[in-house]
Amino acid sequence: MKLYEYEAKQLFSLYNIPVPKSGLAKTPEEAMEITQKLGGKSVLKAQVLVAGRGKAGGIKFAGSPQEAYELAKILLNMEIKGEKVRSLLVSETVDIERELYLSIVIDRSVGAASILASSEGGIDIEELAAKSPEKIVKVYIDPLVGLKPYHVRRITEFMSLSDEQKKVLHDITLNLYRLFVDFDCELAEINPLAVDKEGKLVPVDAKVIIDDNALFRRKEFAERASAELSEFEAEAKKYGFSYVELDGDIGIIGNGAGLTMATMDVVKLYGGKPANFLDIGGGARADIVEKAASLLLKHPKVKVLLVNVLGGITRCDEVAKGLVNALKAYGKGKKLVVRLMGTNEEEGKRILSSAGISAFDSMEDAAKNVVELVKVM
Amino acid sequence: MTVLVNKDTQVVVQGITGREGSFHTKAMLDYGTKIVAGVTPGKGGQSVYGVPVYDSVHDAVSKHPEINTSIIFVPSPYAPDAVYEAMEAGIDVIVLITEHIPVHDSMKFIRYAKLRGVRIIGPNCPGIISPGESKVGIMPGHVFSKGMIGIVSRSGTLTYEVAYAITKVGLGQSTAVGIGGDPITGMSMIDMLELFREDNETKAVVLIGEIGGDMEERAAEYIRRSNYEKPVIAFVAGRTAPPGKRMGHAGAIISMGAGDAESKIRAFEASGVKVASTPVEVAKLLKDVLKV
Repeated sequence: MKLYEYEAKQLFSLYNIPVPKSGLAKTPEEAMEITQKLGGKSVLKAQVLVAGRGKAGGIKFAGSPQEAYELAKILLNMEIKGEKVRSLLVSETVDIERELYLSIVIDRSVGAASILASSEGGIDIEELAAKSPEKIVKVYIDPLVGLKPYHVRRITEFMSLSDEQKKVLHDITLNLYRLFVDFDCELAEINPLAVDKEGKLVPVDAKVIIDDNALFRRKEFAERASAELSEFEAEAKKYGFSYVELDGDIGIIGNGAGLTMATMDVVKLYGGKPANFLDIGGGARADIVEKAASLLLKHPKVKVLLVNVLGGITRCDEVAKGLVNALKAYGKGKKLVVRLMGTNEEEGKRILSSAGISAFDSMEDAAKNVVELVKVM
Repeated sequence: MTVLVNKDTQVVVQGITGREGSFHTKAMLDYGTKIVAGVTPGKGGQSVYGVPVYDSVHDAVSKHPEINTSIIFVPSPYAPDAVYEAMEAGIDVIVLITEHIPVHDSMKFIRYAKLRGVRIIGPNCPGIISPGESKVGIMPGHVFSKGMIGIVSRSGTLTYEVAYAITKVGLGQSTAVGIGGDPITGMSMIDMLELFREDNETKAVVLIGEIGGDMEERAAEYIRRSNYEKPVIAFVAGRTAPPGKRMGHAGAIISMGAGDAESKIRAFEASGVKVASTPVEVAKLLKDVLKV
């Protein structure tokens, strides 16, 4: 789960990482008031989760409270890459002398956290890593040992900083690691970590991603995560489905993430476009299958629904019952293609055929059929 | 010969009294797996399908010193505890079925297992099957058949799909291992390639990858550098997955510009590994390469 910048900065403050003074504004009036309190000047930053906010015009500088009011009005009416701007972080401005980079991320290859730092901040770190890897220092932290002083020294010595600045960076690194561990982070990033005209280190932007699987330990964020889902996503989540919206017109239901992905891929291979990815998981009974199929049949983008089930603990007869019910309720103007194999396959096919639905034995044939159906609809 | 599990494997089921645990205990017993004990704290003295239940792995191992493998069905908040418990009781193959374990927890016990020389399969995996000998997992046994192909997969049902295609063409499997769909797993593709390399029965290996991370790229590199003697066929799921979206598995996400299917397919092909575009094609490519 990705946090908003203002949430990430609240965590930073909690862990004694000094951030610029700021306030959250949901109205132009609030933006004006906060700017007043900050001494009449501010930077207004749209709070969105998509990347590329700056380039999309989501950051504006206000020279007066009145200007903050006007700019906030514009920003709060903006959509950035499809995401509505609901609030602004109104922050004191920083006179940036130079920009550094500091992050902690889970490194999947090594199976450990790694700290990345560079004297060239404010940039896209992946780009820098590809172009000039020598400008980045990377330190792995053994999860059983934790962060040690020599790790931090490797970071601070790598950066061209004064002794005083190194001390500050040392503390920021320690505190960021504590936060990273305490909040089950996948990523905690300060980019840029600015050095201002007075030589002070100031985290200008903050990015924190919390492991979704750890949200049971962080109830405050778990609630927010649920509140933000679209209608379809919320419904899918309620029944424990993995669900992702895509651009096409063929609804995809499968059991198991890998099989569902492979089903999407095969549909694409034969020239079709998946509308979504819905994994019903293992052992789904008729009522759950019905919910999944209904959800996609109700979806305005879905023309044909492809269901691919390889039954192990999932029983084909249960799947068939659920599909028949969903089709009765929401199948008007839509088509259904089924591939069933495995546990209770014969019974499942019998249930489907008595409802006038035929089932394929192979996913390749089912996918080809779906693509043909969509073409003539 | 098989890898990791065979007819002599003696299993303890952790979380045996739960819904999943008891269901799959029955299915594994039906398959012929030697399950000698179960563990659920506070339920010691009960039995599940004739399998005696103990309060701790320590108790189970004391009564049944022949136990060498554990399969864990314990819910995610308590699963790390179950893993450490198994390791400290001296078990050296642990199949961790549980999904949704926080990655900060799993990277610790996986690191600890490496230091102790314990093999963890998972988390978030379907387990291991050596057809005709032993099934320590949740896969439907009937789609597998004894044979010469080793399978390593990050997925569950997709493994069954590919295994079934291999069964249908008459090749069968030596051992099939689902290493799990999490970002960090115990056994990796490379670990499994090394085991299959030493296994006489395995004539070819199938790698079933998916988007996220760089395990496939590293496996491809290993195959090339080590002049891997056995033919390897790959399948990669998620060619159509959008970046930044988690596709069901915690580990199946293209993030920060890395982990897309194209990069994995390119890496495999650069190492001489043929990549199938559908599950059925895996079986076809195997037949071609083995000339059977």
